[in-house]
Amino acid sequence: MEQLIPIPYRPLLAILCPAIGSIFIVLFGKRPNIRESWTMLASIAQFLIVFSMVPIVIGGNGEPIKYTLFTAFPSVDFGFSVDAFGLIFAITSSFLWILVSSYSIGYMRSLHEHAQTRYYFCFCWAIFGAVGVALSGNLFTMFVFYEILTVSTYPLVAHDQTPEALFAGRKYLAYLLTAGGFFLAAVVITYYFTGTTDFVTGGIPNLASEASRTALMALFALFLLGFMKAAWMPFHSWLPTAMVAPTPVSALLHAVAVVKAGVFGIVRVVCYIYGVDLMHGLGLGLVLACLATFTIIVANLFALAQDNLKRRLAYSTINQLSLIIFGVALLSPEGIEGAMMHIPFHGFMKITLFMCAGAIIVVSGKKNISEMAGIGKEMPVTMIAFTIGALGMCALPPTAGYITHHFFVHGCEEAGGTMSFFPYVLLIAAILDVMYFFPIIYTAFFAKSEGSSGSKINEAPLFMLVPIAITATVSIIFFFYPDLFHISELVETAVSSLGGVHP
Amino acid sequence: MILSVVEQFPVLVIVVSLLSAFTILIAGWLNKKSCWVISFATILVQLVMAVFILHHVLTVGTIHYWLGGWSPPWGIEYVVDALNAYILVIVLSLALICVTYSKRSIAHELPQKIVSFYTLYQLLVTGLCGVTVTGDIFNMYVFIEIFSLSAYALIASRGKIALKASFTYLVLGSIGACFFLLGIGFLYSVTGSLNMHDLSLILPPLYENKVVQAAFVFFVVGLSIKMALFPLHTWLPDAHSFAPSEISAMLSGIIIEVSTYALIRVSFSVYTVAFIKLLPIFDFLCWVAAFGIIIGSVLAIAQYNLKRMLAYSSVSQMGYIMLAVGLSTSTHSALWGGLTPALMHILNHALMKGCLFLVAGAFIYKAELWNITDFQGLGRKMPYTCAAFMLAAISMIGVPPSVGFVSKVYIILACLESGKFIFVAVMLLSSLLNLVYFWRVIETMYMKRGEGEERSHSHSSSSKIDEIPLSMLIPVLTLAGLCIIMGVVWLTEIPLPILDQVNALFGLGRYAIP
Repeated sequence: MEQLIPIPYRPLLAILCPAIGSIFIVLFGKRPNIRESWTMLASIAQFLIVFSMVPIVIGGNGEPIKYTLFTAFPSVDFGFSVDAFGLIFAITSSFLWILVSSYSIGYMRSLHEHAQTRYYFCFCWAIFGAVGVALSGNLFTMFVFYEILTVSTYPLVAHDQTPEALFAGRKYLAYLLTAGGFFLAAVVITYYFTGTTDFVTGGIPNLASEASRTALMALFALFLLGFMKAAWMPFHSWLPTAMVAPTPVSALLHAVAVVKAGVFGIVRVVCYIYGVDLMHGLGLGLVLACLATFTIIVANLFALAQDNLKRRLAYSTINQLSLIIFGVALLSPEGIEGAMMHIPFHGFMKITLFMCAGAIIVVSGKKNISEMAGIGKEMPVTMIAFTIGALGMCALPPTAGYITHHFFVHGCEEAGGTMSFFPYVLLIAAILDVMYFFPIIYTAFFAKSEGSSGSKINEAPLFMLVPIAITATVSIIFFFYPDLFHISELVETAVSSLGGVHP
Repeated sequence: MILSVVEQFPVLVIVVSLLSAFTILIAGWLNKKSCWVISFATILVQLVMAVFILHHVLTVGTIHYWLGGWSPPWGIEYVVDALNAYILVIVLSLALICVTYSKRSIAHELPQKIVSFYTLYQLLVTGLCGVTVTGDIFNMYVFIEIFSLSAYALIASRGKIALKASFTYLVLGSIGACFFLLGIGFLYSVTGSLNMHDLSLILPPLYENKVVQAAFVFFVVGLSIKMALFPLHTWLPDAHSFAPSEISAMLSGIIIEVSTYALIRVSFSVYTVAFIKLLPIFDFLCWVAAFGIIIGSVLAIAQYNLKRMLAYSSVSQMGYIMLAVGLSTSTHSALWGGLTPALMHILNHALMKGCLFLVAGAFIYKAELWNITDFQGLGRKMPYTCAAFMLAAISMIGVPPSVGFVSKVYIILACLESGKFIFVAVMLLSSLLNLVYFWRVIETMYMKRGEGEERSHSHSSSSKIDEIPLSMLIPVLTLAGLCIIMGVVWLTEIPLPILDQVNALFGLGRYAIP
């Protein structure tokens, strides 16, 4: 591998995999088998390249892999800088892409969906955007990929082309491109103040001296508005609406790529633009924590009221995303560690849940929880995977969710002061989680189904079942061995270079 | 004075073009098919000359050509510096693309008028090149009239309702030209000179003179009508929507831009930065432009006819350019200071709007489709054309890494540097409004299903690919490709030295005297 691709070119190549794949997908649009094998090939190639950078970054003591394409403005390069935190997101996206590609094949073919070439094409570009966001070395590059991600997901959200789907697509674009405008303003203003947009561990040094306190507050508000992809309340309503998309899209894009790009951006801004010290000095940590806990609680309350399974999962996503924001807002090493770790952990758990919801749709066409009585006997594997995912959402052992919540609670203690009050909020949130996930499990396994007599086992195709099984298993493995895919090692590398322990 | 070959090119660009116009008229009597060939060949030759001129200007320096050997200020002088050379290349590139496109579309649309169309088209190109290369202000007026008159005729060429559109443009355009002429008269009465360089030497002591100041206002108002700056844009929507599509593309991509060029030339070459800083007129222009940006976009949202929508979008885009021009005296950065954002957007707008109008023409050519609501299913019927439209449209919205995005970033940086934060908000709001009206079209083309069309699981047999001819498709795809490629090229800053030379010429940006 070392000889095969010189290290500096690896970020570029990782990005190019889906782009090149997309061309072949269009060329072989008329021959589904070849078309889908290109998707698989691109995804596997991308994962391998991304993964090959892990040892280099861990071994390099936090020294990122840099690759610059060209300089766009003085001291603003269009280029990549792969550090430990970026790799976490890149690994999550690219690995889950492999699984979702396989799942897509099963799902799209079972439902005889139309315009499949467009679907796979746009999917590639969405991953292109997501991994681009993960690996980009400065705000400017990140913005470019962020916008590509937004635009390329539109055809996926509006895939059904029904009036409802078109509305969802429009709403999606309206929210996220508006957000893009705010993000652009924030990037430009940052550049105007400091003359750079690079991500610097510990924050851009001259940001505090160049801008006034009020300006910094306003700028942070702009950044938050820019990261509307994180679906914090009250700017969340595009996410549940976008659930009309085909389930693989909801799974990857609305549990992993799109929304995680939002929280990823917030973490980047907090840790690498403002820096923990400046955030602390401005008192923005508490503001962010309050915003996040507000979203956590309210999203859970909304989730309780949903009968449509995918919508309920969407609100659960909103809740979990804010949990990541909350972790960062604590501004303590453990809190940030938890937040960074929750990005892959939540990704694996939530994708399991979504893929299960999709499997149920494919097999029985049932979308509402009230119709799912006894479905656990019909689809045992799917529902067991679902249970594992649900336990993870409720932060119960033996799942990955428990680990990160452990970090969050420790983070609160570490931060002290007002922050030590927040574990109780997390407790309430966890109870609410239990309140809306356990009824689903109960209905699936124990409720008597009306009319249906012999409950034969009737599972989804293997193309779909295998990815579900893998993600569910990984969610459990993370509990016993968080270093799978070197995740915990990467998190430690990222956090240790941040420095700044706060009383 | 011995001139190298390239130094003869400024006058040759005009002469070749003018002679070609009459040749087309005569050749057309004999063989109608020869018109297109002659026009295409001429513009190609002109473009090659323009590229040589640009290269010469950048490497050697400004070209001065004295017509008939008469030295200025008595004779007419053609002066080509970095600014006109750059504009000239843009003008001729788009003219070439439009003439390529026109071969099939004019044969289809105006089969009876091929000869007169190409004669007028060539005259239009002559006028545009003339305005660009001349260094004499009265000569500039003459060329403005030449291109305007040919434009009036070309707009009217479809007959019927186009006649009314053309008449409105004629009346307003003539008023604009009158203002321009009055300005020239005022200056002449004070200085007794018509040569731009000569004027710029005589004028400075007279800057406090009311006549000189009034003349400047006349220039601004007259050219604002020509460039359809809000609120003087009222002629534009009709003219753009009823003209043949290649003429709409020229109108929107070039003609109003050349008028902007004239304004820049008058403001900085006849008058100077020192004069502009005397009056708050550029601040005023910024505000007018900002209103134009928003109102143009809002009006575009209200349109159902695609070409009308694009026309209002042009009003808004001219606001971008004028905003950038208005900010040019108060920015000092090496990168986005001075005229750089404005000149950048002139090229970018030519690419985007050119492409969009040609696509609109393609829909009319193929199926007489004018209204956005009729575009259902076009995405499958005309995949390449629609893809081109989409690329240009996302450029207009400003999705990176397209040209629209680059312009937006540069203008926003300029706004920030001059401390006018309100315009940052205007720019961002405008890109959202762009999103609203362009996405509506994209959604209809790709996503909406026609009535009665069942939800088809496979490709339905009724919608076969039915594309426009290759000679129309290639120009469209070229422009669409350039929308993205130029965006990346701008980001790599390769063409910026040209614009930097312009700033150096006028003492703007980092060359400004603090």
